[in-house]
Amino acid sequence: MADIVIDRVVKEFGTFRALQEVSLTVNDGEFVALLGPSGCGKTTLLRIIAGLETQTSGRIVIGGQDVSNLAPRKRGLAMVFQNYAVFPHMTVFENVAFGLRMQKAQQTEVKRKVERAAALLHIESYLDRYPAKLSGGQRQRVAVARALAVEPAVLLMDEPLSNLDALLRLEMRTELKAVLREAGTTTIYVTHDQTEAMGLADRIAVMYGGKIDQIGSPLEIYATPATRFVGGFIGSPPMNFIKVQCSQGTARIGDAALPCPATSKDIELGLRGEDASLSPDGSGIPFDIRVVEPMGSHLLLTGSIDGQSARIVAPPIAKVNAGQRVGLTVDPTRVTWIDSITGRAIA
Amino acid sequence: MPARTSWIPYALIAPSVVFLGALFLVPLVQTIWLSFSAGDGFSLENYQRMAGDLNFSLAVRNTFLLTLVVVPLQVVLALAMATMVTKLDKGRDLVLWVLTIPLGISDLAAGLAWLALLQNTGYLNSALYALGLIQGPVGWLSQETPWALFFAIVLAELWRATAIVLVILIAGLQLIPKEFSEAAEIFGAKPWTRFMRITLPLLKPSLQSALILRTVLAFEVFAVVYALGGRNFPVLAGEAYVWQNDNQNYGVAAAYAVLIMAISLAATAVYLRVLRTRPEQLP
Repeated sequence: MADIVIDRVVKEFGTFRALQEVSLTVNDGEFVALLGPSGCGKTTLLRIIAGLETQTSGRIVIGGQDVSNLAPRKRGLAMVFQNYAVFPHMTVFENVAFGLRMQKAQQTEVKRKVERAAALLHIESYLDRYPAKLSGGQRQRVAVARALAVEPAVLLMDEPLSNLDALLRLEMRTELKAVLREAGTTTIYVTHDQTEAMGLADRIAVMYGGKIDQIGSPLEIYATPATRFVGGFIGSPPMNFIKVQCSQGTARIGDAALPCPATSKDIELGLRGEDASLSPDGSGIPFDIRVVEPMGSHLLLTGSIDGQSARIVAPPIAKVNAGQRVGLTVDPTRVTWIDSITGRAIA
Repeated sequence: MPARTSWIPYALIAPSVVFLGALFLVPLVQTIWLSFSAGDGFSLENYQRMAGDLNFSLAVRNTFLLTLVVVPLQVVLALAMATMVTKLDKGRDLVLWVLTIPLGISDLAAGLAWLALLQNTGYLNSALYALGLIQGPVGWLSQETPWALFFAIVLAELWRATAIVLVILIAGLQLIPKEFSEAAEIFGAKPWTRFMRITLPLLKPSLQSALILRTVLAFEVFAVVYALGGRNFPVLAGEAYVWQNDNQNYGVAAAYAVLIMAISLAATAVYLRVLRTRPEQLP
């Protein structure tokens, strides 16, 4: 088992800086998700950790050993690729056995380890088939089994579920979590899907523009986003940002008053749609409803607060209509205050 | 609607069918018929005459020898070149363009170019003489130096026709997603192992096409051999030419043509069987 230290890694493609001094420590046995929109540098960072890409500067240390200049095969890791990269000309057995064969393992050991990995991923019954005969979900299992068969110290996963349909993705996600928990492998998992990151990871590193904006547990990231980007990227619907005036420690919106940090004049109220509730008497923050979408488990209300668009989540049985003005009550401890200029949360 | 338009596909391929029928199928049948007829009906006389000729066994031996030496060398060279070209970041198109120039030159012109290099008063002898390595003109392409002649023909053929294999293999390499090689690298495969275990098996369909094309063409080798060695190095296609033009015996010439076709078909059948990719192993 091994920890991973990413130390001020920079990657430049020509004049474009894909990664700007990224540092991150992943503890032994921890599951960290690199979460961000496409183009944020998360896959580049993963490929640098794997050794498939060379960093412009900075170091990668795995299990105490500086691997920055080592070939991928000498880094003691395994990887699951976005399009699985299951070898089409080999049977499922030979695919899963590939890493062990490269280690020149004894045939009996190969058989034992392949069978164990296959059992873990429930692919025992297709070991003698070729990948072309398998569905996307089954190929995905083969790719994960191939990675786990070598009992790697570090497992890297690059959007492994993104090619699966929604239902299968949910099923694989649950299963992956159970399998990896059992294996206890240090894992870095790249995804653009926040529900995957929230559901799987011990900690999430939210990346944006070649930097890590915030690292924390899923709950921390959700409840206390460090930047406007993190608040807007995580959560469905995304966090609302309402520009308000903060004077003498109080922000007034309609007839509601919220205590605000008086460090800056231009601040934004970061409010999660589910942290506001409809007040019974219409008092509080005025919210003009434009569209009501019944989602089954809740109502999604889209409208505006003080002329700025916002989305609010209401109970499914709430009696509200489009065009109506309602009042919202907000727990002041559950809001985030953002500096309008820097985009960072005010602590 | 479909009923009314059902003749359109046939109409569209009709010109090609007519073209192939008139200019390929008819002459083919005629040639086969010609080779099996002498005087007043079916006869194996042409084949007996062909097999009984002094140069026949020499031509068979030389043609097979050339093919067995040239084609594997071309595949190995083209594989090496293709691997290098696909690794290039800059100037790749230029390198590829230069490497494929020989493809645009006709067989005979290529043969004559190499003749200019290798004949008694050619550039090679001039250079060797200038360096003081030889005292006077040395004949490389004569009957007395069969191995030098063979080597010269192999060299000229390598220069002339390796690029077609290269082009097919580069196209094939580009079809292989780089993730396969990357995955193999992550799981511990060294470069040579990756090439042997991943790249080569996935390149099999392209290798098959290249081998069929090159082998068929190698069995038909003629112009380069004729330019460099004349009849000092008899090959099957050259003998067909001699019987057709010098001896004016079309029947024996046709027998040679049919023999070349039979050998080519057999080689193609072997490649199709040995290098077949089962559908479930396709990417």
